Amino acid sequence: MENIIRLRNLVAEYDGERVLNDISLDIRDKEFVTLLGPSGCGKTTTLRIIGGFLQPKQGDVLFEGKRINALPPYKRQVNTVFQRYALFPHLNVFENIAFGLRIKKLPEKEIIRLVGEMLALVGLNGYEKRNVGHLSGGQQQRVAIARALVNHPKVLLLDEPLGALDLKLRKGMQVELKRIQQSMEITFIYVTHDQEEALTMSDTVVVMKDGNIQQIGTPQDIYNEPTNAFVADFIGESNIIDGIMHEDFLVEFAGQKFECVDKGFGKMQLVDVVIRPEDIRLLPPQEGDISGVVESVIFKGVHYEMIIDACGYKWTVHSTLCEEPGAIVGMHVKPFDIHIMHRMEEE
Amino acid sequence: MKSKMISLPYLIWMLVFTIVPLGLVVFFAFTTPEGQFTLDNLTNAGQYISVLLRSIWLALIATAICLLIAYPLSYILSRMHVNRQRTFIMLVMLPMWINFLLRTYAWMTLLENNGLINRFFGLFGLGPFNLINTEGAVVLGMVYNYLPFMILPLYSILTKIDNSLIEAAQDLGAPSRKVFAKVVIPMSMPGITTGITMVFVPAISTFIISRMLGGGSNLLIGDLIDLQFLGNAYNPNLGAAISLVLMVLILLFMSIVNQFDDERTEGMLL
Amino acid sequence: MRKRKHLSRAYVGLVMAFLYLPIVILIVYSFNASKSRSLWTGFTLDWYKKLFSNEMIVGSLLVTLAVAVIASVVATVIGTLAAIGISNMKKRTRSVVMNMTYVPILNPEIVTGVALMLLFVFFKNFLHFEFGLVTLALAHITFCTPYVILNVMPKLRQMDKYQLEAAADLGCNPRQTFFKVVIPEIMPGIIAGFLMAFTYSLDDFIISYFTSGPTTQPLSVTIFSMTRRKVSPEINALSTIIFVVVLLVLLIMNIRDARKEQQEKKKRRELKCEDF
Repeated sequence: MENIIRLRNLVAEYDGERVLNDISLDIRDKEFVTLLGPSGCGKTTTLRIIGGFLQPKQGDVLFEGKRINALPPYKRQVNTVFQRYALFPHLNVFENIAFGLRIKKLPEKEIIRLVGEMLALVGLNGYEKRNVGHLSGGQQQRVAIARALVNHPKVLLLDEPLGALDLKLRKGMQVELKRIQQSMEITFIYVTHDQEEALTMSDTVVVMKDGNIQQIGTPQDIYNEPTNAFVADFIGESNIIDGIMHEDFLVEFAGQKFECVDKGFGKMQLVDVVIRPEDIRLLPPQEGDISGVVESVIFKGVHYEMIIDACGYKWTVHSTLCEEPGAIVGMHVKPFDIHIMHRMEEE
Repeated sequence: MKSKMISLPYLIWMLVFTIVPLGLVVFFAFTTPEGQFTLDNLTNAGQYISVLLRSIWLALIATAICLLIAYPLSYILSRMHVNRQRTFIMLVMLPMWINFLLRTYAWMTLLENNGLINRFFGLFGLGPFNLINTEGAVVLGMVYNYLPFMILPLYSILTKIDNSLIEAAQDLGAPSRKVFAKVVIPMSMPGITTGITMVFVPAISTFIISRMLGGGSNLLIGDLIDLQFLGNAYNPNLGAAISLVLMVLILLFMSIVNQFDDERTEGMLL
Repeated sequence: MRKRKHLSRAYVGLVMAFLYLPIVILIVYSFNASKSRSLWTGFTLDWYKKLFSNEMIVGSLLVTLAVAVIASVVATVIGTLAAIGISNMKKRTRSVVMNMTYVPILNPEIVTGVALMLLFVFFKNFLHFEFGLVTLALAHITFCTPYVILNVMPKLRQMDKYQLEAAADLGCNPRQTFFKVVIPEIMPGIIAGFLMAFTYSLDDFIISYFTSGPTTQPLSVTIFSMTRRKVSPEINALSTIIFVVVLLVLLIMNIRDARKEQQEKKKRRELKCEDF
């Protein structure tokens, strides 16, 4: 598959502060890409640069191989679903969706046909004459999507489109967005701070922090092989512990040496050791590698989340077994569940 | 960036028709008819100190009466059923659509020595009372003409005070009088200050009401200014000086009133 | 409790009586056969007939309408553009311009009037023109424009700035964005500003008094010169007509508003049932 959008060494500043720090990213055609990160990481800035609402200070934006830095938004073949939808309150549902087509001066018949198709796609048949101010959040969301998609853009940009919806509605829309993307066969670039959303919907996830890209990969890669402790922590919960790499495949943390599957670190190098809460097995005290005291237990629906105090750390452990607070337990981790990462620079 | 330019026609307009004319007033106030600098106009304006004081005094009385009449009325209206509120507010605004000269003229008809009021008293063998051409008639004219300017801002702020706030105060043990003093009045302060300004400013600068209802003996600042520009006394330099004094007076008044109110001119708009 | 309610009603009635007493007098005397403003000599419609043949009154009514139309249209255009421009300014320049905008509103009308008169007299020395329609229109535009700006500004502030981006995103160039999104969006403010400008212009006396000419006078100035002598009852007839027209307009608007509100209530109720 060819790259439809290429970002080359983008630098962006806002009020003199750097919000994008030399970012490069290739986005393939018909791909569902998610830009994921905490607020202020530069994900929305990246999206706005692609949309044409923001000029990068340095770097290039290439669309199908052509540089489009100076192209205004209204000449770009991308459309956007805005965070708060930005529907036009003076127009009804039909006219909101027809807006882009009317600008292109399409014949009325064609407009009616295309808008009808879109209404069917987002499940809003019969809502043509409604005032957009009288729609629920979920319905407004659908109008916003239809309004963008009716123009058949090559790329659809979505800026936290589900942020204003409640949990149940959000889950439903996630499935629906994926279905729409697959049936329309266009590229989606999706911005969110919700890691679960990113993992469920995307072909590729781009994790960002402080204007830098931390990792690019499939949801599986990102979850299983995070490149650093930030990604690991941001994608699901993690225990991040200080460790020392004695040699390849041998790491020391919590006062003990553990076998692991990582190599290529310097001898006696300080590292971050990342262990997922669900990868820690609870055993009777004598049988575990480390033993500690259960501090608290919360029932999470499928599993229990326990905080265990051991070797000066508060370990988060997920288990289907329930231990009473105050109980002494042993913990065991398999070598391939121990992830060794370079120390994050303290900022 | 480019869109700032579209306000250019207005900025030029404002410069030519607001700022330059005010500059001319200042210029005239400090020059002789020949265009030389002088302070005589201002000192001459000082001769009319009694007129200034009368204007301030009558405008203050009229403002106070407006506030006293309008506050209870606005409060009652704001607690009415919504549809009825709308009707009454319409009724308050309706007289403003009839030219105020005509309304003031109607008062002349009522107050004259052989006018309707004196005829009414005459039926009982009373009077005739000397009603027109008095300071009282001028104040009446001011109150009548500017009362809606006091009612509307008061009403619009009082409707914003939620009933539940008043109930909360009562719930916390405040008797009605305390509720009024501690909750309703402080919360309606922006409306009070707006209303006071909107009545006081036109009242202190009027010249029609004083001329129609006050006769020749109750001159106000406005009459003085009018006389210098369009009247027999023709002296634009003195007129400009008096205008300047009037503006300063009003600025002073507004800065005093605004002391009681932290929300500034926003409330000016109805 | 009941007693207090009666007291409130009586009070409201009293204030209303005060407000309407002179107006009732005006209306009653528009049907009075004699010219006297205190003696009632019998019912007539003569003043209404004479009103339309009184050239001075009809002429100045036309001046008033012409000035109001010109002033409110020009003020609406200039003011709307100004509001959009001002809202794009930096905070400090914006507050300076807005403070200046309040000057014609807060300044006593008589000062605005004499200031404009001085300006026109000053110009008259260079450009030879007479006080009349032009000076009236210029003066009225000056005091009407701020009202338009103050009505449009809040609408612009309410506007979601992402709507502009959405328009560009959907293919609008800046011109199209302006006409297809910005203007329709702030239309209620523009209309409110226009109506306010129009009515203030119609109603103005003081500023017109200082800026009108000896031959071209708006109605208010004509009425004023009549009050110095004797007001002809034709004026009573005219104000009765104005009163009835305004009353009708306000009544219609009132009923429409009430209906709209009820419809909206109903719609909101419907919406709750089918939210998804």
